[in-house]
Amino acid sequence: MEKKNGFFNKLFGGLEKTRQQLTDRISALVSGHSELDEEFYEELEEILILSDMSFETVEALIEEVKKRARKMGTKESRVAETLLREILIDWLTDPPKESELKSKLHILLVVGVNGAGKTTTCGKIAALEKNNGLQVMLAAADTFRAAAVEQLMIWGERAEVPVISQGQGADPAAVVFDAIQAAKSRDVDLLICDTAGRLHNKKNLMLELEKIHRVLKREAADASIEVLLVLDATTGQNAVHQAKTFHAITPLDGIILTKLDGSSKGGVIVPIVKDLQIPIQFIGVGEGIDDLQEFNAEKFVDALFPQTVDKA
Amino acid sequence: MANLFENLSDRIQGSLKKLTQRGKLTEKDVNAALREVKLALLEADVNYKVVKDFIGKIKERAIGIEILDSLNAGQQVVKIVNEELAELMGGKSEALKLEGMPAVLMLCGLQGAGKTTMAAKLAKKISEQGHAPLLVACDVYRPAAIQQLKVVGGQVDVPVFSIDGSQDPVKIANESIDFARKNGRDVVILDTAGRLQIDETLMTELQDIVASVVPKEILLVVDAMTGQEAVNVAKTFEDRLHLTGVVLTKLDGDARGGAALSIRAATGKPIKYVGLGEKVDDLEVFHPDRMASRILGMGDVLSLIEKAQGAYDEKQAQALEAKIRKQQFDLNDFLDQLQQLKKMGSVQDLIGMIPGMNKKQLQGAEVNEKDLVYTEAIILSMTQKERINPSIIDGKRRKRIARGSGTTVQQVNQLLKQYKEMKKMMKQMTNMQKQFKRRGKMKLPFPGR
Ligand SMILES: Nc1nc2c(ncn2[C@@H]2O[C@H](COP(=O)(O)OP(=O)(O)OP(=O)(O)O)[C@@H](O)[C@H]2O)c(=O)[nH]1
Ligand SMILES: [Mg+2]
Repeated sequence: MEKKNGFFNKLFGGLEKTRQQLTDRISALVSGHSELDEEFYEELEEILILSDMSFETVEALIEEVKKRARKMGTKESRVAETLLREILIDWLTDPPKESELKSKLHILLVVGVNGAGKTTTCGKIAALEKNNGLQVMLAAADTFRAAAVEQLMIWGERAEVPVISQGQGADPAAVVFDAIQAAKSRDVDLLICDTAGRLHNKKNLMLELEKIHRVLKREAADASIEVLLVLDATTGQNAVHQAKTFHAITPLDGIILTKLDGSSKGGVIVPIVKDLQIPIQFIGVGEGIDDLQEFNAEKFVDALFPQTVDKA
Repeated sequence: MANLFENLSDRIQGSLKKLTQRGKLTEKDVNAALREVKLALLEADVNYKVVKDFIGKIKERAIGIEILDSLNAGQQVVKIVNEELAELMGGKSEALKLEGMPAVLMLCGLQGAGKTTMAAKLAKKISEQGHAPLLVACDVYRPAAIQQLKVVGGQVDVPVFSIDGSQDPVKIANESIDFARKNGRDVVILDTAGRLQIDETLMTELQDIVASVVPKEILLVVDAMTGQEAVNVAKTFEDRLHLTGVVLTKLDGDARGGAALSIRAATGKPIKYVGLGEKVDDLEVFHPDRMASRILGMGDVLSLIEKAQGAYDEKQAQALEAKIRKQQFDLNDFLDQLQQLKKMGSVQDLIGMIPGMNKKQLQGAEVNEKDLVYTEAIILSMTQKERINPSIIDGKRRKRIARGSGTTVQQVNQLLKQYKEMKKMMKQMTNMQKQFKRRGKMKLPFPGR
């Protein structure tokens, strides 16, 4: 498909720097240290930590490399890259999910901290699914931030989907309530609810989110509801706390990792996916309406650790 | 979670506990202690290379320390860590340079860092200092960004300059200067679009703005949650624009904010302000020493104190301080305090800033804003005797109080538990205060200003 190709190019384009840095550093490391010794692992540790993988994760990853290398009976550093790829893909591959089409109406509740990219992502998903032939609707449940409603309206225009809103200051749960009724009466397939950015340590805001979720579950009891957490790839270890806290309040069905077109590697998703077993559904690779890509563990790791430097 | 390193000092001392022999700290002893420091800093998102340099410096100073006992050795290492960190974090916070007619202040940074909100906060602060600022909408890319600036500009009562339909931020910046001159605005605050530091076109655009309006202040806005890349982001912005400073946002979150240290190390530029919430008032001057202790996980007592100061009546604060010191804090004071807290914004934020308060402890001490109403009712249903000496409140009294306040016995129990926790916190604060005094570096909490 034309389009898909565009997406992939964008991903590799975006991660180009990343992957070059990593390849360069890892291949430099491999050629500098032919043996898997302590010095080698220390260098490797540095490279991995710089990707925002937590120290714990890096330790676990290196332990696993050591173990597998021992099993192979080799001390040659050449195997390290292959092993790293293997292990990471293993960790990042989501548990197979049975996506039953039990109901017609599908609802996405998009949550996350301030500025992560929620509204933009809502717009992108709306456009994507509309192009896939679905009847899509947006709900402007960020009634707090200045001009958040207007921002989503513009995305609605771009994606050519209707936006349900009540303006700034309205009760977000009421907006969601309205949107569900509208979605039902207009025979909508996919309703995407944008929410206000909230830091996960703000109890009141998290309770507000819980309430929105409760209204969704109650008013759309026969719809399938998914909660998606938007994470900014630029974020460091705090992303782990974000994921844990949001997961505790509104159990997450997926993660969207944005801003991967930047120079950050997004390594922090490794501990998140590994420990919380929440799949990454999409990645954001730019500010344009098409800059959204389905997550694929192999491709993600490929982009981090390419086998050869054969990029276009 | 973030509180893994709440007691870094304890952990450093723990790692040196086994030292029984007298003599000097060896490299091996030091390495064990420094591993804890390294982990704390990495968990706080300080850049790996910055951590490595930092550890190197401490090691140099720590090896050879005379061991009298393990506690002493630990304390000395902690002291060195504190000193080096303060050094790296920089000296006193620096004020904005706003001379010129008009003085131009430009905000720049990655997408979603919080530039627009920060622009409004700074506009408010600058107005309060007697200036007449003008906000300028140079973000022509993000949908509704201009509208957002207009709304927040209205909130802080500062005019917003924009050119409808223009796609040219350089032109907008330029024309805003004329507008400011004609309308007597002496500070122009440029809100620019978020951009990646690797976006050549957009970085050049910023350089063009700088060349054309020559800002007195070029501030990089950085999200306190930023990870390892903070170094590269800041370095590139610095190289391209020659920053005059940095502002940190979203410090009301629970990120340790190690990025602050990385950026400081990478650019040498001062951090001038920090954003502590979504409201236009949630802005504070940056305090390097507080940030250092936050990164190391020692809590942010001083911020708490200062924040409290704003809302507290000074006399009351002094009286309270005396009570805390003598540990005579009773339920009357508790009620008083809760009423004060209501003025101060999120209770959670305040409690979160207290050192040693980790999530588990918080469960007992948690004060939900909605519960404040009940709390007041409960305390008001107590006799003076009960308020002054809560330990006499037995089961029977609890029942009476619950009935009187229209609450349940569980709620009364909960409140008494909170009071106990609060008292414990006060004790911690008094202890901290003593430590500070001993070091002679920091002032008492609640000092008169
Ligand atoms: N480079 C890049 N920028 C992005 C991406 N996704 C979002 N952004 C930008 O990040 C900024 C914040 O995005 P928003 O969608 O407004 O984020 P939000 O989470 O809705 O923000 P709040 O509602 O204010 O909490 C905007 O400037 C977006 O254009 C991405 O994948 N790459
Ligand atoms: Mg939004």
